[in-house]
Amino acid sequence: MAGIDIWEVSMAETTLLSGGGLSTAATSVELLVVVGYLLVALLVGLVAYRLTGTDAEDYYLASRSLGTLVLLFTTFATLLSAFTFFAGPNLAYRQGPEWILVMGTMDGILFAILWYLIGYKQWLIGQQHGYVTLPEMLGDRFGSTWLRGLVAGVSLFWLFPYVMLQQMGAGEALVGLTDGTVPYWGGAALITVFMILYVGLAGMRGVAWTDTIQGLFMLSVIWIAVAWVLSAIGGPTVAAAGLDANNPTFLALGSSFYTPAYIISTAVVIAFGVTMFPQINQRFFVAESAAVLKRSFTLWPVLVLLLFVPAFLLGTWAAGLGVSVPEGANVLPVLLGEYTPAWFAALVIAGAMAAMMSSSDSMLLSGSSYFTRDLYRPFVEPAVTADREAWLARGGVVAFATATFLASLTRPGTLIQVGSTAFGGFAQLTLPVMVALYWPKTTRVGMLTGISGSQLLYLSHVFVPTVPVDIGGATISLFARTYGGWDVALAGMMLGAALTISVSWLTTAGTDEAAERFAVGAD
Amino acid sequence: MNPSMRAVGWLLAFAVVVAGAVPWFLWGNSQLIGGLPLWLWWHIGWMIVATAVFAAFTRHGWDRYLGGIDG
Repeated sequence: MAGIDIWEVSMAETTLLSGGGLSTAATSVELLVVVGYLLVALLVGLVAYRLTGTDAEDYYLASRSLGTLVLLFTTFATLLSAFTFFAGPNLAYRQGPEWILVMGTMDGILFAILWYLIGYKQWLIGQQHGYVTLPEMLGDRFGSTWLRGLVAGVSLFWLFPYVMLQQMGAGEALVGLTDGTVPYWGGAALITVFMILYVGLAGMRGVAWTDTIQGLFMLSVIWIAVAWVLSAIGGPTVAAAGLDANNPTFLALGSSFYTPAYIISTAVVIAFGVTMFPQINQRFFVAESAAVLKRSFTLWPVLVLLLFVPAFLLGTWAAGLGVSVPEGANVLPVLLGEYTPAWFAALVIAGAMAAMMSSSDSMLLSGSSYFTRDLYRPFVEPAVTADREAWLARGGVVAFATATFLASLTRPGTLIQVGSTAFGGFAQLTLPVMVALYWPKTTRVGMLTGISGSQLLYLSHVFVPTVPVDIGGATISLFARTYGGWDVALAGMMLGAALTISVSWLTTAGTDEAAERFAVGAD
Repeated sequence: MNPSMRAVGWLLAFAVVVAGAVPWFLWGNSQLIGGLPLWLWWHIGWMIVATAVFAAFTRHGWDRYLGGIDG
């Protein structure tokens, strides 16, 4: 989902800027703003590096010492990316402001509840047994290296196109920013090198610190933008009058696009998928205390509200104001270009670049930990030393980022589709993991079946072309992404849960399965 | 209140918080207040209610169900 939008972002900036939308002077202002931001981020990374130990727990988890503000914002910034600044307003511009409800319900409420049910439980288990990754935790509980490898492999599979699309977005953004002076490959390479240097040096502590800066930056910029636009047009009532004249259906709740099936499936699939993203899931292990997790959980709906409402309202208002957006371009820069000064529009683009960087940094870091701890160590070199593992992790970042960079050069269209379905792919893991966390009778065979079964169902719907089939006179499209308006990812999630429970019921746990590892506190 | 009734209470509270985040009863409604749709005001208010419910849960329910280490 977000993958496609990031792609749209990049295409849009290229179109907008190379079309002469901004002057050369404004372009160099933009470049200065972005370069300035990157330098600040590197500085923070270097400071964090001086405080970082060389062991894996500090590198990946900042020694489990993140406080409320930093934990909240590092999760927030990673989750949002360019999705909030460009994709959300674009959708609101084309289809109406109901996207606020989808994202608010998904992110502010469903994710918060999963934060407790999955996040807090994982934190408690992590405190007792020192786990760093989800696959490690599951592999240890079920005494299965294969389960560990499967969960890590599935996660890296869905992560790959997602990181790649971030690089494509960043590369395209730099092309647009410099009006083609920096070529696409040059921009993508520059960002890749910067990410490798940065993540390689700083680890979780550095990433978390810049995420906090970026989160606060995004929140401030978007509210300033709302104030600026509203004062220029004469207030929200004028904006609403424009909507009433141009897009009268936008103000009424619901539409042929925003059906209940669409709202519910999108909110559920993204919320559940987000919890299994390596960079999000790993954050469940890093809070310094339960109090930090509680405060973050409580503040979550308000933080979400503060960011989504202004961002998506701007897109909606643009439709009412008759702002015309060129094919494939983004509404937010166009709107800001019309109602605010060029340097301010540049700041917002810098914010979006910052968000893409933040997502990529976190993904690379978590991806490398899944690779070293859950694939390399168990399958290649069990006796690897901690010091060597820390260096392998850095090597893993270089390898993964280089591979995604090379893949991003080919820019194949089908990978966009894969990127857009990454959330659905991750969502397939969530229910089996929840069953494992809460039902002591879950068995290894149940987990392996549940995870493989749901992945196969979902993968087939992603990669097999749609087949129309006549059933009793009605034509049904098999392997379509939705059935009757409902996302097939929901069916996959149900299948995963059903298989995990029924197969666990029918099989007996092996002697090396340790259900008591997941027993915590009140259990 | 006995423990199982309390658990059912929290379950209900969370179910209501999830179900009400989208004001289904305002489907098709386009009434404006201060330039913003009524249904958006409902959602904004609802997110604040959700924060209040979450805050109450962290104080009275959080440790009870999964246990706590440092309270």
